[in-house]
Amino acid sequence: MENPKELKYTKTDEWVKLEGDLAIVGITNYAQEQLSDIVYVEFMAEEGDSVSKGDAVATVESVKAAADVQFPVSGTIAAVNEELVDAPETLNTDPYDTGWMMKLKFDDPAELEDLLDAQAYDAYNEEREG
Amino acid sequence: MFTPHTPQEIEEMLKVIGVNSIEDLFVQVPEKHRFPELNLPEPLSEIELASYLKEISSANASTEDFISFLGAGAYNHYIPAAVDMILRRGEFYTAYTPYQPEISQGTLQATFEFQSLMTELTGMDVSNASHYDGATTAAEAANLAYYFFRGKRKKVIVSRAVNPQYRETIRTYLQGFDDVVVTGDEETSKAGYELQDLISLIDRDTSIVLIQYPDFFGRVIDYANLVEKAHSVGALIAFVFNPTSLGLLKPPGAFGADIAVGEGQPLGIPLSFGGPYLGIFTIKDRLVRKLAGRLVGETIDQDGKRAFVLTLTAREQHIRRERSTSNICTNQGLMALAATIYLSLIGKEGFKQVANLCYQKAHYAAKRISMLKGFELAFIDTPFFHEFVVKTPQPVSQINLRLQNHWILGGYDLSQAYPEMENHMLIAVTEKLSKHDIDDFIAALEEVTGD
Repeated sequence: MENPKELKYTKTDEWVKLEGDLAIVGITNYAQEQLSDIVYVEFMAEEGDSVSKGDAVATVESVKAAADVQFPVSGTIAAVNEELVDAPETLNTDPYDTGWMMKLKFDDPAELEDLLDAQAYDAYNEEREG
Repeated sequence: MFTPHTPQEIEEMLKVIGVNSIEDLFVQVPEKHRFPELNLPEPLSEIELASYLKEISSANASTEDFISFLGAGAYNHYIPAAVDMILRRGEFYTAYTPYQPEISQGTLQATFEFQSLMTELTGMDVSNASHYDGATTAAEAANLAYYFFRGKRKKVIVSRAVNPQYRETIRTYLQGFDDVVVTGDEETSKAGYELQDLISLIDRDTSIVLIQYPDFFGRVIDYANLVEKAHSVGALIAFVFNPTSLGLLKPPGAFGADIAVGEGQPLGIPLSFGGPYLGIFTIKDRLVRKLAGRLVGETIDQDGKRAFVLTLTAREQHIRRERSTSNICTNQGLMALAATIYLSLIGKEGFKQVANLCYQKAHYAAKRISMLKGFELAFIDTPFFHEFVVKTPQPVSQINLRLQNHWILGGYDLSQAYPEMENHMLIAVTEKLSKHDIDDFIAALEEVTGD
């Protein structure tokens, strides 16, 4: 699965899609491959909560590990993809589309400058895989 | 002496980490504390040591020597001899669920049976493979509620009629959560507590309400209104139950409990001066992702045969680390096995009989004691199971001391934990006591409190 060019990426393996003042977050293909079969998604924040950059807002649990999901920018949670609670395997099959996790209305776009583009994220993964 | 490393290996290791001697590893410890001189007696031979230890232990008296009316959380029930025989088989004799679990199908099956028995007993959906004891399960219930509400609800309500030691343990567990308040068990002037007062404390900031069933004073209280109020504001309800009582009483699950926890010692585990005991922890389905501890599930192997596995382990501490609900969830595998064997041996009818005998004998004792001069039942209008409170004409500690001359252990002195209950004795009666034992107790009480 290719990492879509129009998305931004973090070194903690989230993808970020920017739509106006909204940031949409999900986990990358690399993340879901590392986790293997995802069996549970727990949201630790709900619509209306204000969260800081780096706060754990969700946990993704697979048969062998649990990983936190965070936003690379501070703001207010605008939407939560509750469908993942009943169908967590969506994160394995379609991480970049129906597997979106949360939307956030962000405060300061400057915080988004550190994000990687698809090319840089691919390079980062290659480097990690050695 | 057993030393796993040779001098050469020690030399190599010291070289790698760059120190000259083992002593150098302890330089951070102040010198005077570093190698303290131990004032130990001369070594003894095995024969001498066995005889010395026997001498010390013979200074103890136990319920083998005394007729006991002491309960207050630990109960002297009959344990069929077969429990110990099966328990001590080499295949079973470990306190832990193994860390390479699936190779030990027998242990996993026993744990699975334990879980099934506990859910049957309590009317709940899921049981874990146990905790240390009743006190820690009560604290873990409050802990679970904290995480269930993601720390957003700050109030933990605990009835004053929950075992005082359990309440202390709950506070100990919760002291790390700065903003959590434990309330509901404040000292009152009146013995007991008002259910209505407890209900009025429940609000939308309440994560959990913990009540005991039967309560610490042995009373069987109808908690239906309390459960309804808690649920109406979305709070969880935890029942701290006595397993034996569930042979007669409506189970916590039928009351709508979200969590039912308790001390499993009455199920075939000896008093043993306070432990090891068994913490039972059961929940309704919707809390399963927050359940601490280990869980055994049934599945089929690649040949289609029935098999057992550890399940839901991804939320366990070795994977979740600081994100797990609890990092103190060591189970009491061997004690859980004892409870499983006990329940299997006495069976459903036998279990009901034990409960009924406890109930009948306790009521006989209560009736006899209430007729003694200066004695009175403290909660005359409330039904009780196998434990009850009597007001005594003299301080309980004084009565108990005198009862010892009759080889009788009197009841629990409630003034130890409840200042408002001076001269109140909590008396427990189990199936193990005969009518004769109870009559002896009545006669002794009359004698030691007489003029």
